[in-house]
Amino acid sequence: MAEIAEGGGGGHKGGKKRAKKQSTRIDMTPMVDLAFLLLTFFVLTATFSKPKSMELTFPAPPPPGPVDEVKNGITFLLTKDDRIFYYEGQFRAADDEKGKKTELSELNFSQESLHKYLLGKNKDMQDQIRALDVKHKNKQLADTTFKRMVKEVKADKASYTYLIKTDDKATYKNVIDIIDELNVNVVGKYVMVDILKPEMDLVTEKVGP
Amino acid sequence: MSKKPSKGGAPALDMTPMVDLAFLLVTFFMLTASFRMAEPVVVDPPSSIGMVDLPDNHIMVTIDDKGRAFFGISNSTAKMNALREMAAKYKVPFTEEQIVKFSGLPSFGVDIKDLPKYIDTKEDARSNFQPQKGVPLDTIIPNNQLKDWIAIGGRKAVEMYEEAKIKAADAGGEFKAEKPRYAIKCASKTKYIYVKDVIKTFTDLKLYQFNLITSLEGGGTVIEPTK
Repeated sequence: MAEIAEGGGGGHKGGKKRAKKQSTRIDMTPMVDLAFLLLTFFVLTATFSKPKSMELTFPAPPPPGPVDEVKNGITFLLTKDDRIFYYEGQFRAADDEKGKKTELSELNFSQESLHKYLLGKNKDMQDQIRALDVKHKNKQLADTTFKRMVKEVKADKASYTYLIKTDDKATYKNVIDIIDELNVNVVGKYVMVDILKPEMDLVTEKVGP
Repeated sequence: MSKKPSKGGAPALDMTPMVDLAFLLVTFFMLTASFRMAEPVVVDPPSSIGMVDLPDNHIMVTIDDKGRAFFGISNSTAKMNALREMAAKYKVPFTEEQIVKFSGLPSFGVDIKDLPKYIDTKEDARSNFQPQKGVPLDTIIPNNQLKDWIAIGGRKAVEMYEEAKIKAADAGGEFKAEKPRYAIKCASKTKYIYVKDVIKTFTDLKLYQFNLITSLEGGGTVIEPTK
């Protein structure tokens, strides 16, 4: 397919005559092919380049002195093989006048386990937020009012505070997954804390060294 | 109204508008695409429902599954300034050429003493550079270079931000850039204890807010329990 007309083929007899007849249109198919190939490439590479992120605030170290007793605390202890142990309330190494010795219960990352557990603990708050959300969607609440009210519900004194602690075998994925699950369940208060020695011992007792 | 008399034979289709459009789109995507240099390490972040985009202006610490820390600043001028200050602090000489070259590099994970050699290494040989042990962040033997990088890098990035703000205000234009943010990118399989060391480094510097980089969640929000 010789599309481009040769300009003046020096001394050729019929050259001039043929050039007049030849069409000046060029076949654009290869160019279009290339253009679309490039287009496809850029479309595919451009769309997926931006990573997502999760905003997280870590606590400032507490001022020195005796630590207040955690009243409505639930502590998650993350360990190897994606296992989660938890206990509620204050940690007690042995029975005392305030309560019994801490026993660990186990959860895992499946829908039936952790999700269900959090749902049970957090039902009231979720219902309240959902009700607010419905009102907000129906334009009965202003954006700012909605935001403030959600914040108030989340900061409710009666709701649980979740403490996330990890031993040295838990992976980063476990931590992200649990924070994610807390976010899914619109938990307002959670915090990453260092694990304590007696807690570590309890976990080791369960999973082995 | 220029209807050509059909001469028979193959029907010709005028492709010009299509080609115009195709090239327009190619040009658009080419100009908006931002190419990144190959990172020294590939990490596979876990997924989450977090929908916040990674801010363009960031200071990032990448942690791979062996616990090595890699450091990077998105603003290249801030990166150059940070290197100058680090060089003075650790008394490692850098040539001006090396500093400029460094600003174009993605994150790095070497001791500052090895950094000049690392910068001079050819691009394709850089991923095999030895010793690539990660930026040191030991707290027991006081050699926490990561802390200095974060502190100095953060300060320089904020300086650049303020400078750009003043410039924009002088020009009377609208200022859109965001304040630099600290980001942590980490592989799923990394033991959390390594991440904790990095976070400790941040909190020691009184930096408490980060963006943890995750990939976008596809379907459900939970992983299957391992049997």
